[in-house]
Amino acid sequence: MTATLGPAAPPLSPPPPQPLVVALVGPPNSGKTTLFNRLTGLRQKVANYPGVTVEQRHGRIPMTGDRPVELVDLPGTYTLDPRTDDERIATDVLTGRMPGQVTPDAVLLVLDATHLARHLTLAAPVLALGLPTLVVLNLADDLQRRGGTVDTAALADQLGTPVTLASAVTGEGIETIQRFLTGRFGVPKHIALPVLQNLPACRAWATQLTDASAYRSPAAPIWTRRLDAVFLHPMAGPILFLAVVIGVFQVMFSVAAPLSDGLELLITGAGARLGAWLPVGFGRDLLLDGVLAGVGSVLIFLPQILVLFVLIGVLEDSGYLARAALIADRTMARVGLQGKSFIPLLSAHACAVPAVMAARTIENQRDRLATILIAPFMTCAARLPVYTLIIAAFLPNTPIVGGLIGLRAVTLLGLYLLGFLAALGTARLLKSTILRSDRVPFMLELPPYRWPTFRALGFRLIDRSRAFLTRVGTVILAVSLGLWLLGHLPRVNGETPALRESVAGTVGRAIEPAIAPLGFDWRIGIGLVTSLAAREVIVGTLGTIHGIEGGEESPGLQEALRQNLTPGGAAALLVFFAFAMQCVSTIAVVRRETGGWRLPALQFGYMLALAWVTAFAANHLVTALIAR
Amino acid sequence: MKPATLADLPAGARGTLAELRLPEDDAARLMALGFIPGTQIVMRRAAPGGDPVVYQVDGTEIAIRRETARCLILEESA
Repeated sequence: MTATLGPAAPPLSPPPPQPLVVALVGPPNSGKTTLFNRLTGLRQKVANYPGVTVEQRHGRIPMTGDRPVELVDLPGTYTLDPRTDDERIATDVLTGRMPGQVTPDAVLLVLDATHLARHLTLAAPVLALGLPTLVVLNLADDLQRRGGTVDTAALADQLGTPVTLASAVTGEGIETIQRFLTGRFGVPKHIALPVLQNLPACRAWATQLTDASAYRSPAAPIWTRRLDAVFLHPMAGPILFLAVVIGVFQVMFSVAAPLSDGLELLITGAGARLGAWLPVGFGRDLLLDGVLAGVGSVLIFLPQILVLFVLIGVLEDSGYLARAALIADRTMARVGLQGKSFIPLLSAHACAVPAVMAARTIENQRDRLATILIAPFMTCAARLPVYTLIIAAFLPNTPIVGGLIGLRAVTLLGLYLLGFLAALGTARLLKSTILRSDRVPFMLELPPYRWPTFRALGFRLIDRSRAFLTRVGTVILAVSLGLWLLGHLPRVNGETPALRESVAGTVGRAIEPAIAPLGFDWRIGIGLVTSLAAREVIVGTLGTIHGIEGGEESPGLQEALRQNLTPGGAAALLVFFAFAMQCVSTIAVVRRETGGWRLPALQFGYMLALAWVTAFAANHLVTALIAR
Repeated sequence: MKPATLADLPAGARGTLAELRLPEDDAARLMALGFIPGTQIVMRRAAPGGDPVVYQVDGTEIAIRRETARCLILEESA
C-alpha cells in the first residue's frame, strides 16, 4: 500500500479551470467502487440523484495534469437498456440527459478481467456513445493468480480504444489510468458494433473479441468451491450461518459496550469540567444539558455502529454475505421478502438508521420499502437501557430452567423475539397489501471468496460513519436541543420551571387521558415525549422528574418507578417501547430514503397504533393475572 | 411430456438453455447475467433447504429461485 488516505495539498492559485468530468461505468461486482476510492481517496461527495434513491458519488482526482478531473461513479449496470432506476441513471448521465450533470468528457469502462467475455458485452453500448474511453480490466491480480491471460494490445486494436489491466486492490495499472485521465482524450476509432438491443448478439460479439485477443479465462476458483461445499452444506451451512449471526451480536455487545461506557464517562467528565468553569445560568444549562447531552447521546451509539460496520464490511468483502443472503432467502420468502433483506435486518439490531440506509442494496423497490418499514421493529441498542430499567424495577431475577437462565434474561430475550415477530408479521401484511410483489425474480451473484483488505475496510468505515454522523447527528442534536428547550420553557420569574409546568410537562399531562388506559400517568407521558429524540432519553427524564441522579441501574429510580407504575403499566411500557417508532432520527432517515413523508407517516402511525393496542392488552392482561 | 427445465437438473448436471418463458423485463435481466439461449448451464448446488439453486453460467455462479428456474426451458438432449 503506497497511496495515502489523506487529501493532497490544496492546488495553488490561479483559480482552477472547469474540471473534466469522467464517468466510471461497469457491471456490478467489477470492483468499480474500489477503483473509485483508489483514484479519488476521500475527496468524495455522496448525494442522491433527484427523484430516486440511487446514490450519486463524485470525487476529485488529485491534480497532476493541467486540469482537475472530477470522477462520477455510476451505479453498476450490465446494459445501457434502461429497465431499472440504476440503469436509467447510468444511461441518462452518459447521454447528458441527467439534469444538473454535464455530459462526461470521457468514460472509464471497468470490467472484471476474470469474467471478461460476459463483461465485455457492456462495451458495445458504451463504445456506441462515441466518448473517449479507457477500458480497465480490473481484478488483474486475480486473473494472473488463476492462470488467465489476455493480450490487451490486441483487444485495444479490436475495440479501437485503449485497454489496460489493473487491480484496484493492489494498485497495479493505476498509473496508466491516471495518465489517461490527465492526457489528451482521443475519440475511439469507429468499429463495427452489434445491434445494441440484441443482447445475444452483443454477447456473441464479446466472445469474438476475447477470441481475437488470446483471452484465456482463469481456472475455476477452487477455494471458493471448497468453501461453498462447507458454507452452503445442507447441515453445516445453516449452523455456520447461526454462528456468524450470534458472533456478530456477541462482538457488538462485548467489544462495543465497554467502548460506549468509556465514551459516556468521558462526556460526563467533560460536562463536569465545563460546568465548574462556566458561569451559572440558562446558557450553561443549555450548553451542558442540551448540546453536550445531545451530542453525547449520538456519540455513545457510535462505537456499536462502527463495530457493526466493520463486521458487515468483513462479511461483505470476503464474499460470505452473499452466501448468508442465499441461506436466509428461503425463510425470508415465507413472509414475502428475500435474502437480501437479511443484512439490513441484522444491522437494525444496533440501530435502525444504518439498517434503513443498508436497504439500498436491495434492487427490487418493493422489497426494499418493505425492509425499510419493518427494520425499526428490531430491538435496537437504544431500547436496552429502557428495558433494563423496567425489568430490574419490576421482576425478580428468579432462576428458571433449573437455574440455567434468569427470569430477567428470559424477559429480555422475549422482547427481542417480540420485535422480530412483529417485523415478520408486518412484512407479511405489507407484501399482501400495499407492497404486493411485482414478481421480479430473485437473482444473486455469488462472488469468489477473497481476503478483505484493511484499506477497503477503512474506506467503508470512514464513508459509512460520515454518512451516519451527518444524517443522524444533526437530527438528534436539533431534536434534543428542541426538547431540552421545551422542558425548560416557559421561564417562571426568570427561573427554569418545574418539569411538570414546562411545555413538555404540559404536553405530557395533555396526553394523559390517551395513555391512562395503558397504565401510564403524566410522568411517563413526559418521558414518551422526550424519548422521541432517542428512546433511552426516557431514563434520564424519569430521573429528572423524580429528582434522582443516575442511570437505569439506579436503585432510587427503580424504587420511584414502582411507586407510580403498576406491574400492568410496566408490562405495557415494555411492549410500547418494543413497537412504537419513538425515534426522530429513524423517521428522518426513512423520509430521506423513500423521498417523501408518506411512508414515514404511515410507518409512525401504524407502529403507534400497534404499540397502543398491544400495550393496552398487556396492561389489562398482567393486571388480571396478578389479581387472580 | 413437459419440456425439461433448469429446475429439473440434479447437482453437477448440465444443460443447454433453449428459451426463457418469462416476462420480457425479467428475461432481459437474466440474459444480462448470462442466461442467454444456447448457453450451457451447470447446476452447482441447492442452498440449504433446497431453494434457491446456484447455477454456473458464463463463468459465474448465480443463484435463482426454483420458481424462476422452472421457467427456463432446456434444449432437448439427443
